[in-house]
Parts: sequence; structure tokens; C-alpha cells
Amino acid sequence: MTAALLSIDRLSGGFLGADGGIAPVLDAVSYDLMPGQLTAVVGETGSGKSLTALSVLGIQPPAFRRTGGRILFGGRDLLSLDAAAMRTIRGARISIVFQDARAAMNPVFTVGRQMADVFRLHHGGSARHAMDRAIEALGRVRIPEPERRARQYPHEFSGGMAQRAMIALAALICQPSLLILDEPTTGLDVTIQADIMTLIVELCRDQGLTACLITHDLGVVAETCDAVVVMHAGRVVETGSTEQIFTAPAEPYTRRLLAASQLGEPV
Amino acid sequence: MPPLLRLILRRVFWVLPVALGVVTITFFAARVFAGDPTELYAPPDATDALRALIRIRLGLADPLWVQYIHYISALLRGDLGMSFSTNRPVLIDLWDRLPATLELGFTGLTIGILLGVPLGVIAAVNRERWPDFLVRGVTLGGMALPQFWIGLVLIWVFFVTLNWLPGPVGRLPVGIDPPSRLTGFMLIDTLAAGRPDLWFMALKQLALPAATLGLTTLAPIARVTRASMVEALQSDYIRTATAMGHTNRTVWFRHGLRNALLPVVTLIGGVAGHIFGGAVLLESIFGWPGLGQYALQAIDSSDFAALQGFVIYASLLYVLAFLVVDILYMLIDPRIRQ
Repeated sequence: MTAALLSIDRLSGGFLGADGGIAPVLDAVSYDLMPGQLTAVVGETGSGKSLTALSVLGIQPPAFRRTGGRILFGGRDLLSLDAAAMRTIRGARISIVFQDARAAMNPVFTVGRQMADVFRLHHGGSARHAMDRAIEALGRVRIPEPERRARQYPHEFSGGMAQRAMIALAALICQPSLLILDEPTTGLDVTIQADIMTLIVELCRDQGLTACLITHDLGVVAETCDAVVVMHAGRVVETGSTEQIFTAPAEPYTRRLLAASQLGEPV
Repeated sequence: MPPLLRLILRRVFWVLPVALGVVTITFFAARVFAGDPTELYAPPDATDALRALIRIRLGLADPLWVQYIHYISALLRGDLGMSFSTNRPVLIDLWDRLPATLELGFTGLTIGILLGVPLGVIAAVNRERWPDFLVRGVTLGGMALPQFWIGLVLIWVFFVTLNWLPGPVGRLPVGIDPPSRLTGFMLIDTLAAGRPDLWFMALKQLALPAATLGLTTLAPIARVTRASMVEALQSDYIRTATAMGHTNRTVWFRHGLRNALLPVVTLIGGVAGHIFGGAVLLESIFGWPGLGQYALQAIDSSDFAALQGFVIYASLLYVLAFLVVDILYMLIDPRIRQ
């Protein structure tokens, strides 16, 4: 049995209220991400799946207070790192793709410039070299005319194109060992969703990435992921291989979730 | 046509109606409210015949609308008329006094921006902690206290009490001849004339009025910067920049501030229009021979042509200030460029 790349170990916490009390939202969340695997974290909105993932990078909302637990990455507890040590993890070792890529990119810089800035931050080199790498990365995520696109601003990109650029930034420019994908296809057209998922799976295989896909779209999970973590109301309900979860779910909540997703089109 | 050129042409087109509008209002308002200047220029024992002669000399004998047409037609030829009190063309008077106002304005505005923007950023990134409370407290004071009062306090502290800086007697100490005019900016002309001693004198004269202007300018700039930064820092792209491993400084200044700048630039445009229009009270307190003082004297002495000339200058200035603001908008935000 190989060791997990990332272990979330009984992470608990809640949001600080105006009265100084803490409203609990995560209750001893534990799951492992095995190297080279694509693990899905599924659950309804508000189940704590995104919050847990954001906590890995230390970019959770400021009102969140951890009350217990650890996040082990390569044997180190990320929650014990100081700001400078955390910066050496962010982007370089663990990177993230956000949901609304157009809003996630800075509106006042060209897409190429933002990618080149991150490239230089992690790999150094000249501005020209970094821009060449950015254009190359845009080409690899199959954005047509990458040289021209690199000179455009996020608002000139469609949602799907922006998400491709975001994936290029997080996976190819950063070259992390762990890639978190926070609802990467939510809000995109259904046909584009499929293209983006194909791209994500392909890149993860090519780069040997460990990936954590946060989603509420079980259809996507069945087709692409190796393992599944089911979350509900701040707890992990069930974990297992994709086959296990889809063919022999042990928990009633998992069964309900599966049943619900087959009733209508996944949103 | 490129959007920038179109913008500039549109603004230039608007200059004329705006200037005509304000000068018309000023023309009639001054004559209604400021009273008849004849008395100011006539000896107390003047006969009616002498008064009538003075009125003709001052151009006040014709009906109002004839005076107005004379004035506008002269204006269209670039003639702003003669000042009653200086007996010189208004254009020359304005030209003489412009550099004093500009030099003070640039210095004060620079102080205000260089201190106000970083203070606003510091407050925003330390939101609801002591640096934020400190900046908000100090700037609230800066907004609430009148500029002339701050000026008087600074004079009292640094001139009267400590005597570190010279008194409020203008751009150079009394009895010192200015260097010949090259740019009109004392800090440049003294150096150009090879007179570092004069440069230092001019700097000390400038210190207090510029500090007053800077302090009162930085307060609104810091507050708007803070509010705008707080909003920008909550954006998705800030979270992305952090997640990609950028340092706090890069996240705040490169990613946050650039997005937070639009309201700050708008404010600075308005403040600049105000400052370069001559900080009237400030110039009076510091004996600063600028346009604000000129305008005040013009009102005082019912010097119609001088007053109208100043108003035209001020309105052109505002049009220019907001043109610069719009151009900066286009440079800052690519979404406005298209």
C-alpha cells in the first residue's frame, strides 16, 4: 500500500459569527488522495467539500476558524506552516483550478502576462521566456491562436476558453504534484463541460498528476475518477473506489445521491 | 478612429460650450452681485461728469448686453480684456500667476498621492486592526478640519513657535529677487540660474503651504483607496493570485491596487481641478502669489475681466482634469478601452 500524497485528518472548524461563537461547518473531515489518482469529492452545495479543499492551500474565507485536525502533505502538516513556507507550497506543489475562470483571472492583465508572472515566480528566467512558456501552455490546452490569445484580457475569453487557460496556468505553468479542481465545469455549456473534463483527465495522465475533483456532477465522476469521497453536511459519509461507490454504495446518503442524479440531467 | 483620439476630440468639442456657459453666468452674476466698481476707482469728491467718464473708461457705460457682446467678441479673438486693478491684460496677469499655483498644487498633490494611496492600502490589508483604525482616525480629522485652520496651525508651530521654517510671505523671502522666468517653477528656475541658495530658500517657503495642501489631500485619497482596496481584496482574482503562490506584496499592489485605482483616479481628478484652480484661502494665508489670490482680489475689487478670465481658466482646467482621468481609466482598465 503506497502512502497518500495528501491526507486530511479529522479537519474540523466553523465560521466565526458576529456574536463570537463558531457555527460548525466541518466535522472531523478525513480523506486521502493517493498519488497518481483522480479522486472526486462529491456532495451538495454547503457540504464543506470546497471549504476543505481551500483549506489545503490556506485560502479559505477569513471567517473560517479551524477547531481541530491536520492536513498532511508529504509528511508535513500544512496547517502548521508559516506564511513563507506556505508560499513555497502554493502553486509550486499544490495548485488549483477555480470554478468561474473569467472572474478568477485578473481583469486588468492579459492572460499571457498572468501566466508568465506565475511562471517566473516558480521557475525564474526572462520575461520573454516566460511568455513563450505561457503561449506554449495555451496551445497545449488546445486554445486556437495561442499567441494572439495570450495578448487578450480575461473578458475577451469565453467561459470555456477561460477555463482552459486557467487549467493551463494551474497544471502546466505551475507544474504541481497535486492539482485541486474546484467545480471546474460548473456554469459551462454541457458540450464544453465534456471537453474540459477530457482535457483535465488527459493532462493528469500526461503529467502524472494527483488530482482532487470537487464536483456535484456524479455523471462526470463515474466516467473519469479513480476514487470517490462522499461528503454531506460537513462530514465524510463514505469513501471508496469509483466502482465500489457506484455499484455497491454502503451508506443510505450515497444511495440517495446516486438516485437523485439519475432522475434528471445533472446540473 | 482609435477610442483615445475620439475621446480627446469629443472633450475638445465640449470645451467651448462649457467655457461660454460659465463665462456668461459669471459675466452677469458679477455685475449683479459684485456691485458697481466705479466707486472704487473714483475719488470720494468726484463729480458726476468724472464718474461718467470713469464708467466709459471702464467700459461700463453701455447697456449690459452690449458689454456682453463686446466681451464675447473680444474673447473669441483671444482677448480676455484688461484688469481694472492691475491695468494689464488679464491674460498676462493669469500667465504671471499660473506657475505659483501650479508649483504649489503639484507639490501638494504629489504629497497627497504618495502618502494617501499607501496609507489606504495599509488600512485595507489590515482591515479592522489598529493600522486601519489609525489611518481612518487621522484621515477623518484631515477631512473634518478646514484647510485654512491646518495651515494656520502649521504656521504657528513651525514658524512662530519652533522657527524652523520661514513665515508666510510668498515664494521667496522678502527682499529676495526671483531668478528670471524659465518655467516659472521656482524650484526649477533657481537651479537653472545656478543658485542653489535660492533653491533652498524657495523650498523652505514652499514647505508649509505644500504640507497643508498635502495633508488635506491625502485624507480623502487614503479613505477612497482603502474602501476600494477592501472591495478588490475580496475578489476571486485575489484568491487566485494568492493560490498561485504570489507574495502578499505582489497580491496587494500588483493585483489589488491596480483594480482599486479607478475610484481613486476619479477623486484625484476632482481634487486636482480644485487645487490647480487656486486654493484661494490657502494662497491668502501664505501670501502665495497664485491664481486663487488673484481671483479673490478680483472679486474684492469688482474686477470683472479678471474674474471672468479666472473662471474661464478654471473651467478649462476641470475639462482637462477629467479628460486626463478618462485617459487614465483607459490605461488602467482594458475593459474600458474597447
